[in-house]
Amino acid sequence: MNHLPLIIKREYLTKVKNKSFIVMTILSPILVIVLITVVAYLSQLNNDKQRTICILDETGLVQDVFKSEDNTTYNILENMSLVDAKELVRQTEAYGLLHLQGSDNLDSISAHIKFYSEESPSLTIIANLESKIDKKIENLKLQEKGVDIAMIEASKTNVNINQESFDGEKTSKIDSVVKLFFGSAAGYLLFMFIIIYGNMIMRSVIEEKTSRIIEVIISSVKPMQLMLGKIIGTSLAGITQFIIWLFIGGALLFTVSIVFGIDTSQAQSPNQQMIEGAMQNSNINMQIQDVYNSLHHLPMTNLIIAFLLFFIGGYLLYSSLYAAIGAAVDNETDTQQFLLPVLMPLILAVYIGFFTVIEDPHGTVSTVFSFIPLTSPVVMLMRIPFGVPLWQQVVSLLLLISTFIFTVWFAAKIYRVGILMYGKKPSYKELIKWIKY
Amino acid sequence: MSNILEVQNVSKNFGSFTALNKVSISVPKGSIYGLLGPNGAGKTTLIRIVNQITMPDSGQVFLDGTPLSGVHIKDIGYLPEERGLYKSMKVGEQALYLAQLKGLSHKEAKARLKYWFERLEIGDWWNKKIQELSKGMAQKIQFVVTVLHQPKLLIFDEPFSGFDPINANLIKDEILKLREDGATVIFSTHRMESVEELCDDIALIHKSNKILDGKLVDIKRQYKTNTYEVGILAQNKENLEQELSKKFQTSTASFKTLGDELKLNIKLTDVEKPNDLLGYLCNQGQVSHFVELIPSVNEIFIQTVKNH
Repeated sequence: MNHLPLIIKREYLTKVKNKSFIVMTILSPILVIVLITVVAYLSQLNNDKQRTICILDETGLVQDVFKSEDNTTYNILENMSLVDAKELVRQTEAYGLLHLQGSDNLDSISAHIKFYSEESPSLTIIANLESKIDKKIENLKLQEKGVDIAMIEASKTNVNINQESFDGEKTSKIDSVVKLFFGSAAGYLLFMFIIIYGNMIMRSVIEEKTSRIIEVIISSVKPMQLMLGKIIGTSLAGITQFIIWLFIGGALLFTVSIVFGIDTSQAQSPNQQMIEGAMQNSNINMQIQDVYNSLHHLPMTNLIIAFLLFFIGGYLLYSSLYAAIGAAVDNETDTQQFLLPVLMPLILAVYIGFFTVIEDPHGTVSTVFSFIPLTSPVVMLMRIPFGVPLWQQVVSLLLLISTFIFTVWFAAKIYRVGILMYGKKPSYKELIKWIKY
Repeated sequence: MSNILEVQNVSKNFGSFTALNKVSISVPKGSIYGLLGPNGAGKTTLIRIVNQITMPDSGQVFLDGTPLSGVHIKDIGYLPEERGLYKSMKVGEQALYLAQLKGLSHKEAKARLKYWFERLEIGDWWNKKIQELSKGMAQKIQFVVTVLHQPKLLIFDEPFSGFDPINANLIKDEILKLREDGATVIFSTHRMESVEELCDDIALIHKSNKILDGKLVDIKRQYKTNTYEVGILAQNKENLEQELSKKFQTSTASFKTLGDELKLNIKLTDVEKPNDLLGYLCNQGQVSHFVELIPSVNEIFIQTVKNH
């Protein structure tokens, strides 16, 4: 008798009707949005702080580069000794004092610059000051050698290399950024999905063990059916949750940005910053056009099919491992030693994805890891937007599927024996013994 | 009489540990069959094999004449010793789910559950969660779920544990009624008094081997020692005791009487008849007590296990 639909239905309904699941589904996006808003608001607040920096330039050569900006006012002090200047800065509660020691030699000037302040100054401020002075002294040196600064300024160029593949497809930097965005999103989504719902499956297996209903159930259904039903049911609940999150999150983000006028994109992840870094230098109008174009250029059919296959394969692979872990132990605290070796390749995959795929999507490391089954779903999903030859995708997928079949077989073995074992926490040695039962 | 369950030479090993060693049992249709044995003897493994939870390494199991297979799941009702229900699921939903797993349709399951819930007067629990119920209440639901699909063969592992005497009696009556309705019951327990009371047949498993099985009456006959418990009112108790000990093999006995009787256990040889003993005793004094000592299941259990 095939009870799979019945089991899936029960698993799905109990998950979805569970109070904490409902609360999490509704509350998480609200929490995330609130967090983003707060962070965005705070970073705005942080930037708004007005600073006054006093400049004591004994050489008189550099001070004209310090023109007051949005948040920083430069106060040029003249005809004052260093001691008096320090006293003045302290009394006026200015942020700090920049002191350039008097000298005719430009090299000597750059060697004797000091910044005095109450607290240690922020890195960005120092970097900002340094770059200003660097540029000025550079120009002074050039002038000393009789070079016309205006000529140098005029000869500066900004090159933007237009990329084109041999097939004649035009690409651009924006293109890579869009690809990167799609790849990272897919990889990261899979990662999150495995962690959240894998754990849920594990807990549900443990629950059946601790409530001791398991023996009643498996006198009616095969353990394999129960395990698959659990995995599928929980995944469907997960997809439901994800979709609800997308809707609530989207709606909230929209409302918040309209009502509070806060630009939520200011709370940037390092990833986003990097993307924007790559976007600089190009002209804004072109950017929008380029994003649109590159979306058009993405191998969408390939992307969607590969996403579905690798996502399902990777997720099932890991969730069957989670189910086996749940079956092997009696309570959640005992899961740690088994979870670590499962999580390691997953975390490795995400790191490899974010570091090497960005660097070179077709480099050796990213290519190799996009074939190793435990890391391939995440890494391959990140690589695919950059165009991976079909044979690589197929081979990687075949490897994934065969590993998946092996893992399910292995997990089912452990599951079958483990669910009826109570009392002690098994060792790895015992787990291997179970396979032979 | 045909057998509903035939277990033939079943062996099962877990690694180097032998859980069952060529065990064969035959359970007659319509009987209540007691599966006895010390802790860890292999009873649960045998029951799990019958339930197809574990597969035997060798040997065969027949249910109603056909080799055990997936189609038999609906013919067996199993109440394991380690039992429980989903804690956060409602009683009704849960019972429906478990009944459907046994092959009942949703509609059929609902109708039958209604009947049972009314019968056991637990109708108002339908929408409660298991965690709100006491252990005994949960056990009742578990019992209902076990018998709901009207299986031919019912297997109860320690069915009375967790029940108060009133509910234990209720469940006992239900088990007897199920047998009347044609079901066969296999019954694994440590409570010898319920075996004594309910079982027609027993099998004793010890250290993975079956060491005894058959009709309970036959086994008792086999284990009887021809000993009679005797109470007699005599003028001179000591004289009589000496005289009796010369003629027969005697030992002191203790049981409750109203008078000051001489109380003895008298063991007869194979040639001596109880009537001869009674006739002899009648001439010595007033006989108030004359009972054949029938070995209890408890004694048989302890004796056989010790001998192995």
